[in-house]
Amino acid sequence: MSSTAPPSDGVDHVDERLLRTTPLKKLLARPELGSVVGAIAVFAFFAVVADSFLKPSSLGTVLYAASTIGIMAVPVALLMIGGEFDLSAGVLVTSSALVSSMFSYQMTANVWVGVGVSLLVTLAIGAFNGFMLTRTKLPSFIITLGTFLMLTGLNLGLTKLISGTVSTKSIADMEGFPSAKKLFASEWTIGGVEFKVTILWWLALVALATWILLRTRFGNWIFAVGGGADAARAVGVPVYRTKIGLYMGVAFCAWISGQHLLFSFDVVQSGEGVGNELIYIIAAVIGGCLITGGYGSAIGSAVGALIFGMTSKGIVYAEWNPDWFKFFLGAMLLLATLLNAWIRKRVEATK
Amino acid sequence: MTRLRTGGVRAAVGAVLALALTAALAGCSSTGGKRAEDARKAAEAQGRAAVDTPRWTFAMVTHSGDGDTFWDIVQKGAKQAAAKDNINFLYAHNDEAQQQAQLIDSYVAKGVDGLIVTLAKPDAMKAAVEKAVKAGIPVITVNSGAEQSKAYGALTHIGQDETVAGEAVGEELDKRGKKKALCVLHEQGNVGHEQRCAGVKKTFDGELVNLYVDGTNMPDVKASIEAKLQSDKAVDAVVTLGAPFADTAVQAAKSAGSKAEVDTFDLNAKVASALEAGTLGFAVDQQPYLQGYEAVDLLWLYRYNADVLGGGKPVLTGPQIITKDQAAALKQYADRGTR
Repeated sequence: MSSTAPPSDGVDHVDERLLRTTPLKKLLARPELGSVVGAIAVFAFFAVVADSFLKPSSLGTVLYAASTIGIMAVPVALLMIGGEFDLSAGVLVTSSALVSSMFSYQMTANVWVGVGVSLLVTLAIGAFNGFMLTRTKLPSFIITLGTFLMLTGLNLGLTKLISGTVSTKSIADMEGFPSAKKLFASEWTIGGVEFKVTILWWLALVALATWILLRTRFGNWIFAVGGGADAARAVGVPVYRTKIGLYMGVAFCAWISGQHLLFSFDVVQSGEGVGNELIYIIAAVIGGCLITGGYGSAIGSAVGALIFGMTSKGIVYAEWNPDWFKFFLGAMLLLATLLNAWIRKRVEATK
Repeated sequence: MTRLRTGGVRAAVGAVLALALTAALAGCSSTGGKRAEDARKAAEAQGRAAVDTPRWTFAMVTHSGDGDTFWDIVQKGAKQAAAKDNINFLYAHNDEAQQQAQLIDSYVAKGVDGLIVTLAKPDAMKAAVEKAVKAGIPVITVNSGAEQSKAYGALTHIGQDETVAGEAVGEELDKRGKKKALCVLHEQGNVGHEQRCAGVKKTFDGELVNLYVDGTNMPDVKASIEAKLQSDKAVDAVVTLGAPFADTAVQAAKSAGSKAEVDTFDLNAKVASALEAGTLGFAVDQQPYLQGYEAVDLLWLYRYNADVLGGGKPVLTGPQIITKDQAAALKQYADRGTR
């Protein structure tokens, strides 16, 4: 957009960014709108069909289920806005938990040391993903699929090699465990309802990611590289650094999730986590992230995770046959995506 | 600014390594950890026995998924028996029926001296097992497939009858005066799991409800059990089908404010200590170690002496009901991963 004089064809040309929009239009343009509508629908639906769904104690459980997905859906959404995927996110959570547990145990070290080492290792794996992606220019699907398979193998192979069994040994009797548990896996009761600390982690991450996306330069870079990497590069956006940063963001959240896994169950099964990467992506997509990048929000990913939590637990509260759970999830994913596409088209048409 | 500053990256990697190293040398825990385990191990006597029969090669092909504690214990039993019997022991596994059959085929092609197979998906294994028998390789089935074992030409079957094990649980629940129990299945579509819950239903006088959870996602398992217990306060017993899920169920019951007793199939170190502490009611053990150990040992006996155990009937390794009283004695074995 160069600053040329307005064309003199009689029509009033105004920069589209300066157009006045009504609050309604502004609302319609939000990426998470479709998912919010969906969440309200899901909530109303289960409130009607499952009588125990509305109980306060159920709220804590649904929020917990949503938070464990939501913590990972936030960075995965950011990564998708930046135009990339991470298929290794699910097993990376398990890797992270395994590293802290085995390091602490084998070295007979204070648990916090293991937690710290795990953070470094996990961030290094995230950086590896980003580095490989930007260096080889292969699609992220291939790179992270490779990492996914390698991590799955490493999780099993190293655990077996080091502990002699396929699950880690209990570290619950080691120094530092109680304080680490407080940070990653504690719970507190408000009015008889039990809330897990993961909910706080989740909300904090959503707030942080929203601030990054909407208020910082890095946030602009994320949207730019997702919208078109070449164009972004042309205007001086450090595309590679942005992408590596996004992968490290995924790694950081995988570390939080992994520590939660370790400190709430104190023993980690090395085969876990496979398949969860898709759940994170589903939550982000339901929340309005475009597969093609450049569009989406962190709040949307939270709403997506909430829909996920409500559906998976709602089916239990409604005492339905869970054979149908995956079907519901698929239908919801499709509906949310269609709704998003439809709303976006409407918004663009009325501009 | 499209290229990364590699110098910066190198420095970062170096810093990470240095940090990891210093972290390793810093803060130590004076309780638990490997040091405590090593001390325990050193106290144990080490011994080894061997026979002077030829070095035969036996192979085992199971339907285990990756990283399954249960199959790890089976393997340990098999390996110990192999060491004792001078056997070269090979192991492969795949949870896809087709892949498992291919593994069997490849061992048959390799010409092993004995084959141990699980028949979790019996129809898919039929051709492969029959091919092995035809090639003159003695086959023993373990764990699952008691009904098909003989028909497919296997020497014998070693395992626990899932229905019988379930029935034992039902009886134990009755004995404990339970009225409504939850059967937590962690793998949808697993025939053995369905049989276990059906067995419980058969002998249990109260009501039994099945709950399916996603076994690869622990937080989900916990939240699902929690949700179920919140919505149904009448449940006074939760039965999990695998040891790793027992502790999660205990936590879920606590969070849901439920008084339900948690019982489980299978044993591991955590279950043993939970039984001892009284947070778990009882565990039904099918003794996986025995399944691996006996399979190798019986194959050896057959090769050496044409001995067959069981008289054409399956050799049962369970169910053994373990309560607080036995837990203390078994804990040390569970700790080392053989119970």
